[in-house]
Amino acid sequence: MSRRRNRHSVLANRARMAVVVLLGILAAVLFRAQVLRATDWLLQSERNRLRPLTVPAPRGIIRDRDGRVLADNIPGYSVSIVPDQPDSMLATLRRLREHLDIPGGRLDALSQQVRAGGPRPLLVTGDAPFDAVAALEERRSGFPRLLIEPRPKRRYPAGQLGAHVIGYVGEINEVELGQPEFEDAEPGWIVGRSGVESHYESLLRGNAGTRYVEVDAAGRIVGSFGGVQGVAADPGEDVDLNLDLELMEWIHQVFPDGLNGAVVALDVETGGVLALYSAPAYDPNVFAGVVDAEEWSRLVANRQSPLYHRAVTGTYPPGSPWKLVTAAIALDLGVVTPDEHMPVPCRGAYAYGNRVAGCWDSEGHGSLDLPGAIQHSCNVYFYQLGLRIGLARMLGVGNRMGFGNQCGIDLPQESGGIFPESVDFWERRFGYRAQEGEVLSLAIGQGPNDQTPLKMAQFLLAIARDGSAPAPTLYREAEPAEGWRLDIRTEHLEEIREGMRRVMQPGGTAHLSSLEHFDLLGKTGTVEHGGDGPEHAWFTGVAGPFGDPPEIVLVAMVELGGSGSAVAAPLVAKAADFYLRGKHGMPRDTIQTLREYFMAGRNTAWANTRESR
Amino acid sequence: MTGTRPAWLRQLPFTATVLVLSLFGVAMIYSAGVLEVPSPVTEGLWLRQAVILAAAVVGLLILSRVPLRWFEWFAMPVYIVGVAVLAITLVAGTGAGTAEGVNSFLSIAGFRFQPAEAAKVTTALALALLLARREEPPRYLRDLLTPALLVAVPLGLVLLQPDLGTALAFVGMFFAIIYWARTPWPLILFAASPGLGLLLAFSARVWSVYIIVLVVALYLYRFRLYLVESVSVILGNVAAGAVAQPLWNSLAQYQRNRLLVFLDPSLDPRNAGWQLIQSKVAIGSGGLMGKGFTAGTQKRLAFLPEQHTDFIFSVVGEELGFVGTSLTLLLFCHLFLRMIRMAETASTPFAGLFIFGIMGVWLTHVFVNVGMTIGVVPITGIPLPFISYGGSFLLMSWTAAAIAVALASEDP
Repeated sequence: MSRRRNRHSVLANRARMAVVVLLGILAAVLFRAQVLRATDWLLQSERNRLRPLTVPAPRGIIRDRDGRVLADNIPGYSVSIVPDQPDSMLATLRRLREHLDIPGGRLDALSQQVRAGGPRPLLVTGDAPFDAVAALEERRSGFPRLLIEPRPKRRYPAGQLGAHVIGYVGEINEVELGQPEFEDAEPGWIVGRSGVESHYESLLRGNAGTRYVEVDAAGRIVGSFGGVQGVAADPGEDVDLNLDLELMEWIHQVFPDGLNGAVVALDVETGGVLALYSAPAYDPNVFAGVVDAEEWSRLVANRQSPLYHRAVTGTYPPGSPWKLVTAAIALDLGVVTPDEHMPVPCRGAYAYGNRVAGCWDSEGHGSLDLPGAIQHSCNVYFYQLGLRIGLARMLGVGNRMGFGNQCGIDLPQESGGIFPESVDFWERRFGYRAQEGEVLSLAIGQGPNDQTPLKMAQFLLAIARDGSAPAPTLYREAEPAEGWRLDIRTEHLEEIREGMRRVMQPGGTAHLSSLEHFDLLGKTGTVEHGGDGPEHAWFTGVAGPFGDPPEIVLVAMVELGGSGSAVAAPLVAKAADFYLRGKHGMPRDTIQTLREYFMAGRNTAWANTRESR
Repeated sequence: MTGTRPAWLRQLPFTATVLVLSLFGVAMIYSAGVLEVPSPVTEGLWLRQAVILAAAVVGLLILSRVPLRWFEWFAMPVYIVGVAVLAITLVAGTGAGTAEGVNSFLSIAGFRFQPAEAAKVTTALALALLLARREEPPRYLRDLLTPALLVAVPLGLVLLQPDLGTALAFVGMFFAIIYWARTPWPLILFAASPGLGLLLAFSARVWSVYIIVLVVALYLYRFRLYLVESVSVILGNVAAGAVAQPLWNSLAQYQRNRLLVFLDPSLDPRNAGWQLIQSKVAIGSGGLMGKGFTAGTQKRLAFLPEQHTDFIFSVVGEELGFVGTSLTLLLFCHLFLRMIRMAETASTPFAGLFIFGIMGVWLTHVFVNVGMTIGVVPITGIPLPFISYGGSFLLMSWTAAAIAVALASEDP
């Protein structure tokens, strides 16, 4: 008995050692994991369960010069699906259609995204209606992987009026995601798509924040988590514009119904853009959420091209207003003095080489000085002035003034003018060497020359100022792009303005658009465009109180509007009157131009007594 | 003395430890059911476990009064019944719960039962009886042939289910009992050598070196073995090496993956490696003090698989930290040392062999289960005694404990 016991006590001791060693190994490994390496594992468990979600920053607010809101944010909701098996995501999408309006096209696109996979939540809509959100929240348990988040939604209170200038926002696309300026962007981000929204994207966007949600192993969001501090979103900066929304509204009101075109208004003192109007327009609010593909194709297919920003990207033959440019170039070069008459008086046509170039008035204007030629828009005078300048110099100074380039306005899209950069242009473009006679067409605003309304306005700005033309700017604190300057003596500039003033006086082409209270100077244009229908109507003008320097530059261009004096001039006159009355604290009136005075039977004595110098 | 104090009270350090472990298990099963997204699978399981525990306690009070002789009489018949039921299970068994793919359950009158758990106890009884009847300790390999066959039959049936974890428990039991039967250690090693040969066969070079070492060992031990035995050992090892590749190929993909990810969890972090990685994260992130009872995030958020059965130790690690895991191991350590003591002081060889055999089973369970949660052992479906959820296992563990108490308390 005791022998067996002794034999067993050896076995038992060995067994005890074995037990202690085996359990000791486990304890040692546990000690290493739980005491020595605990922080590593803790980090991994946090990473396991916490998912960062982006908190979008509210975009900056865009306001006009008087603080009227052009773009702001209203509370909205985004609905997304947390990634899962494609089949169940598609099923969720189908069930979502009971509560959310998902157009067929959008559904197809979403299904494609589901099949492509990806770790991020699938954004179903960035703009879910409140009642749909409420209904979904009620059925929360039926949609376990649904992510409903507040998301500021862009609103454009000015609607169509701001469409082209303010632009709109949209979800960032694949191309943009690859660009360096969107380095830290994520899919689903809202970025500026056009206009100020796009140009000042970096100011407006702000910095997105992060918050953490707790997810379970299946990826379901279990709750938001306060333990790990997220980063609060940093709202974007507000952008205050030089734009005058009231003036835009007024222009919209007086712009001829059914016609297309553009109006540009600049502040003479600063070059700030007071109005940038393009008709027809569209409502940018339709782009605020997820763009409806049908709505988009309707806009694109519209033959009137509402998406087209005519004021800034539309190029048109400048026609008669260009005579002011010819005059300015001549004075800049010093090839003429304002009181000088051209050798050949106007008899309705001008013979050059073996061709005869006509004046618009076949009766002829006789012998004219520069202001007179501007007043009567005499082609014969300007043919001769063009010849004095010469083709090469005309192109040289024209290019210096930037007629082949953009103005450099603070907008993402701007068309440059089409203007020959040198005499080689004809050879390259039309296959023949330019003759000196080409200058005849150029001098009266014809030939290979197309300009945007904005560019014409910038030129007028130089005439209204001291010959210097800064780049027009929308943002009040913008650093204007480099402008240019004319080398013209002040009194010569005044002669050009005098010519424009006479346009508004009895016998001038736009007399009926003259104003009682303000000194409006202008130049009409009625331009053939090579297509069917009426001519394009131009009017370029500057205006201010009598006896004071001009305060506003206005350019109106109405496609197929017909006569510049009948259609474009009243538009500019009414806009100038509206703006200046407001600026100088005078009551506004809808009866503004001489023609309206006549129609209303008012006293028009002021129009007849107005003397030229 | 028998009349004065009941058996369970005389073995109080043992019975108390078993009870504490079981109560701790119920608590951890409760915690395993506390999930962020409630699951019908784990909800209320702790209550079922508690009810079964109550039944087990009553069972122990009754069974621990049964005289030793009864067990001696019944050992063989019960063993045969156990094997028969295992065979029936292979045909009529179903999967259940987390062991869905394994046909290890038998339903009788609405009760679902795992016959393999009972077979462990009946086999231990039979094996203990077989070796207790020997006058001398086994001296030749041939002496181990009958005991090996006795274990091989239920083990084979369990492997066919296929339930590798329970099979391992049989292996642990076999070696524990032949060890306690005073089998010389070289003999134990030779008996174990084909298993080792199977494992080492993954590399032809390693296996060749191993065979040479084995041959030298056999040569040195030649005076204690019949030639035919030495040849058998060699043949057994060669056979093991030969079947290793076909055996590997016959494994289900998930079984192969489990072995592969044991070597490198990042091989398949989403599927086979998932359990191991998430379990290690759970235990490691528990740190020294743990995240708090029921507060483990790995578990709450369902990152942890099988959190109420095979991976309940990970919940202990995550929620109670190193303090909890080391205390649990200490409790087991105390239990095992106590059982060694009981075996040592037992009045009959049968009692000692049985108690030591059961200790071997539980030690295998604890080492493999805890080892797999921290990556020391490949993942095997094997529960943690008294703590993992599972009615059959708890009941049969308590039955084994009751028999151990009964046998240990028997006076000579």
